[in-house]
Amino acid sequence: MSEPLIFHFDINGDDFSTAGQASVQIKKNLRQLGLSPEIIRRVSIAMYEGEINMVIHAHGGTADVKVFENYIEIILADNGPGIKDIDLAMKEGYSTASDTTRSLGFGAGMGLPNMKRYTDDIKIDSILDVGTVVTMRINIS
Amino acid sequence: MKIREIRDLLDAEVLCCEQNLDSTAYSACGCDLMSDVLAYVKDQAVLLTGLVNPQVVRTAEMMDMICIVFVRSKAPTKEMLDLAEDNGIVVMKCNKRMYEACGLLYSNGLVGNKVK
Repeated sequence: MSEPLIFHFDINGDDFSTAGQASVQIKKNLRQLGLSPEIIRRVSIAMYEGEINMVIHAHGGTADVKVFENYIEIILADNGPGIKDIDLAMKEGYSTASDTTRSLGFGAGMGLPNMKRYTDDIKIDSILDVGTVVTMRINIS
Repeated sequence: MKIREIRDLLDAEVLCCEQNLDSTAYSACGCDLMSDVLAYVKDQAVLLTGLVNPQVVRTAEMMDMICIVFVRSKAPTKEMLDLAEDNGIVVMKCNKRMYEACGLLYSNGLVGNKVK
């Protein structure tokens, strides 16, 4: 199997106004690779929700997007507070976000459900007070 | 519906990408919650919102939306307009409230997306 193409991003967690920049960039990168608009949209939306989550809950983190021949893998890692109850966090409408976050248009409890909606596989590894790693996979048909 | 018709129906002021007024919108979404906007894919859509921050433009870009309308006389920042310009997204503002703006577009034929 050929080596994947890897895009790495450091997500700044100190400034909400920059949240989403990496996802906009990955969208441009994937367009240059000539992938279908639907695949590009699914990857960028899933990453965007994850990026926003890392900024509002975990003071930032890292994002790696690996483009394989038949699928794309997105790995989001942070050193935030961790997710106490992953099943609950996956429910639409459940959120622990602050009122400030809500006033910015996020924190409606749709982040993780949207990430699941747009990907073929999602795996969440989280340890309280240590951090969270979200691994998502989107198949290229 | 052409973006130009949306501008006329809402009596809106175009703030950037005026050259794209002849693009056609097939659906619309009126929302201040960006994750709700991201939940359902829309086709060549217009986003009506009263929320003002750069994530509004990034959300529209993620969803391949072609136009953003700020309601209730909300005005986007220069940073937001630069982002929209980079992505060819028409931005306009109108003084109508969300309910009225959505109602005008809907009753003139621009229906929303069916939830899948």
